[in-house]
Amino acid sequence: MKTTRNVLSLALVLILVMLPAFSAGSKETTLGTVTLKLEQFSGSEATLSGAALKNMIAEFEKQNPTIKVQLQTIGYDDYFTQLQSKVVGGNAADVFELNYENFVAYASEGALADVTKLLGDTSGFNKTALNAFNYQGVQYGVPNSFSNVVLFYNKALFDRADLAYPTSEWTWKDVEAASKKIMALDKNIWGFYRPLSFHEFYKGAAQNGGSLMNAERTAFTVNLPQNVEAASLMAGWQTDSKIMPTEADMAGMGDWDLFKSGRLGMLVTGIWAFGDFTANCPFEWDIAIEPGNVQKATHFFSNSYVVSATSKYPSESASLARFLAGSKEATKLRVEASWELPPVTYPEIIESYLSITPPENRQAVFASLDYLVTPPVSAQQAQMQAIIQSYLDQIAFGRMSAKAALDACQKELEAKISL
Amino acid sequence: MSIQGRRGIRVALPYLLPSLFGALLFAILPIVISLFLSVTSWSGMSRVSLTDGFLKFVAKNFVGLDNAKAILSDGEFYRALSHNLYFIALYLPLMLILSMTCALIINAPKKGANVYRVVYYLPVLTSWVAGSLIWKWLLSPVYGPINNALELFGIQGPMWLQSEIWAMPSIVLASIWKDMGFYAMILFGGLKSINTQYYEAAHIDGASKVQSFMHITLPLLSSVLFYVSMLSMINAFQLFPQVMVMTKDGNAGPNGATMVMVERIYKYAFRYGKMGYASAYSWILFVIILFCTYIQKRGEKRWVRYDV
Amino acid sequence: MTYKNAIKTAFYHLVAICLGVVAVVPFLWMISTSLKSGGALLAVPIEWVPKNPTLQAYEKLFALTGMLRSIGNSLVVTASAVVVAILSSSMAAFAFSKIRFKGSGVLFMIFLASMMLPSHVLFIPLYLIMNDLGLVDTLFALILPYSFKAFAVFMLRQQMMNISDAYLDAAAIDGASLFRSFITIFLPLCKTALATLAIIIAMEAWNDYLLPLVLMTSPKNYTLPIILNALSGQFKTSYDLLMAGSLISVIPLLIIYIGAQRYFASGLQIGGVKG
Repeated sequence: MKTTRNVLSLALVLILVMLPAFSAGSKETTLGTVTLKLEQFSGSEATLSGAALKNMIAEFEKQNPTIKVQLQTIGYDDYFTQLQSKVVGGNAADVFELNYENFVAYASEGALADVTKLLGDTSGFNKTALNAFNYQGVQYGVPNSFSNVVLFYNKALFDRADLAYPTSEWTWKDVEAASKKIMALDKNIWGFYRPLSFHEFYKGAAQNGGSLMNAERTAFTVNLPQNVEAASLMAGWQTDSKIMPTEADMAGMGDWDLFKSGRLGMLVTGIWAFGDFTANCPFEWDIAIEPGNVQKATHFFSNSYVVSATSKYPSESASLARFLAGSKEATKLRVEASWELPPVTYPEIIESYLSITPPENRQAVFASLDYLVTPPVSAQQAQMQAIIQSYLDQIAFGRMSAKAALDACQKELEAKISL
Repeated sequence: MSIQGRRGIRVALPYLLPSLFGALLFAILPIVISLFLSVTSWSGMSRVSLTDGFLKFVAKNFVGLDNAKAILSDGEFYRALSHNLYFIALYLPLMLILSMTCALIINAPKKGANVYRVVYYLPVLTSWVAGSLIWKWLLSPVYGPINNALELFGIQGPMWLQSEIWAMPSIVLASIWKDMGFYAMILFGGLKSINTQYYEAAHIDGASKVQSFMHITLPLLSSVLFYVSMLSMINAFQLFPQVMVMTKDGNAGPNGATMVMVERIYKYAFRYGKMGYASAYSWILFVIILFCTYIQKRGEKRWVRYDV
Repeated sequence: MTYKNAIKTAFYHLVAICLGVVAVVPFLWMISTSLKSGGALLAVPIEWVPKNPTLQAYEKLFALTGMLRSIGNSLVVTASAVVVAILSSSMAAFAFSKIRFKGSGVLFMIFLASMMLPSHVLFIPLYLIMNDLGLVDTLFALILPYSFKAFAVFMLRQQMMNISDAYLDAAAIDGASLFRSFITIFLPLCKTALATLAIIIAMEAWNDYLLPLVLMTSPKNYTLPIILNALSGQFKTSYDLLMAGSLISVIPLLIIYIGAQRYFASGLQIGGVKG
């Protein structure tokens, strides 16, 4: 019958089409070779960093002929969702990348392998960075990069206002004074930009002698008077001294864009802006250590490579992680690709980093390392940050006073986040 | 007499089996599992296996109704819900009117209807990632063409996604752009199945276009219209991808203006490490949707006509 | 054409074109962006027509690792999902709409209810199921969830309820078996609805990225959306490639859609052809 024939041919097509669907991922390895899966987000494809990463892997495979590396690059927005699913299913890659915020969560859930003994010689790593990925005395990963936040300034505007360039001794008062002079040049020019975000606030609190958590990290101290004062001062840059544009003033323009357009005197942002500013700023600019209030405090951003607790090859994985993060070959490739800062102390690597300009004052990046403060961390990092940010927004939009907001924030944190 | 052949579970079963099998394994079973998860305090970040000690795992992390209680006593829940309702209030009427208009346009025996059919569906075919990014740019207060165009008319465009008041309407705009063609196509399918003899008879009787529409089209389309409004309501409660791409990070929009239920669920499940809590959240959402659907279904008996 | 007709036609086209412009403008921007490179991407004032159009983005796109392979995977997943979906849901919808059996109402409500849980929360349970079935990292793991959609049964049932029982009654009188009448008479009457369903299933199977992202662990099993989403980095998004990729991504769906149009043209239309 015509219909039976049609149905049968349909079924045949269906089977043929679905055949490839049955192919599971092949996991055979030739005798003696070990295949490691590596998953990461920071070196995205179609960029210089992606290419650098591939070169690093090639170099590692050359030095370790029995190990093959299978790389999986995932967009940042989706990275942690799919990572979580893989960990839940026991399918995590052997080596994967974590940012600082997620590290504590995964470490506390037992998803990471103890690599304290497997890393070998870690003397080349920057101590603070390495310690950041140590949880309760156990080393779980290696920092693979380093980022810092510094003060960027527009040299041309400073020259026009006849001002001396920022030095490493500057404080918030100096910033305010300079801003006023720069803004006097033209009504479309702003002096300073530093948003009241979670990252800026915990640092600002430290710069004012306060802190969001106690030293043992067992309790929140969000509404300390120093913190309240810091928050008011920082919000005041928009409302009182008016050296900083508000959201409305920015009219949808990003802070980087404002700086690149030559209308902003000083900007506090990360060193990952170097590439963009070098390519797109039609004026001379430089950097300085970020000014504090009663003391200096600078940021710490770092990504790491960790080894999965379910990896079948922990020691090979650890050596892969260590190579990519801290070997001379890999860090050299990283510097050449302007892929943030390698977390190492090798002089020649540092030299090559410093020799690239602009900015001239790259030394400030390393000098900033002396004043590092790590952010408050908890196993509920993202939620904690979101709560604090929502209260900071209240202050920034002028809806709550700094004291009221931080008091309420303290209460909510105590109720919802366990330390 | 012939209906006898179409009665009884034994007749129905072979037809139902494939779909039932699939629904059971890939829709119902996950739901049951998520029910189990919703009474635990699981973070969602540790190894769990279904076949190996799942019940033990549930028992170990059991918290009963604590999750649900915590959710319902947190003001955040009501805030997110109100945002969903706000979205629905803006989205639903506009969507129904616009998609009905598009369906009528496509259905009309005019030259070019075929072209419009394709054009209106283009947005539906794009992925939400690309679509959201484009709308994010379109609505950019400084760079975006929409504000630039408004300027030509001397209107100062709002801050759209960065304004507390305009953030949700921005999401509504993008959603309508994307979904308009989708529902239009479904309505069009319904329009096509209306027997043209009705229209011819009405025309002979001297009925105007509007009268035809009100007394023939709408009633005969009512079952499909009902389906469309129910589907779009269920989808509206599950609003998510556009919110994530257009107003991302932390608190969903300026001062949390676009914080919605599924966005909260996603954040608790995949960012804040509270999978059990998120599962309970989604069950509460489910109850809400069920309730609204029930109300609509009651309306079905009054508004929808199935006789042909 | 009479004067009145001319006005009506003009009005028709006016409204139709307005809506059409709304639908199409974002695409023009997509095309424009995909032809730009580097600095031109963020130029102010906006460049609708790129000053130096280039196909660079497309070249780079196809040079991405695994690009062609992922397109192939997406095609397999989409085609399979559409076929399975049409067969299984039309059968079930038929049962719900044309066969009277005890428990029909309750079962249908269960189907309906399964649509109402947000899919993101079912994500991890679904992953756990796939994991324990050993289907992780097979295309099969994608095809199955896309094929068995409750809303497909719902939609088809609504449409099928509008088709008169008379067709089946007549076929029964002629002595045809139920299944035979289902395949040869009933299904063809539902062409429009089936075509609509095919498009909807195809769209999800083709564009969805969350499920493939999680279920596919080997690069050789990636689908197209995964490759495209990887273009959004932590700080920088390659907009030109992303737009180029999204445009290309629309093409197969567009082909399916236009191809399905002929089923729309010959929908249920008794009583002659309109002018």
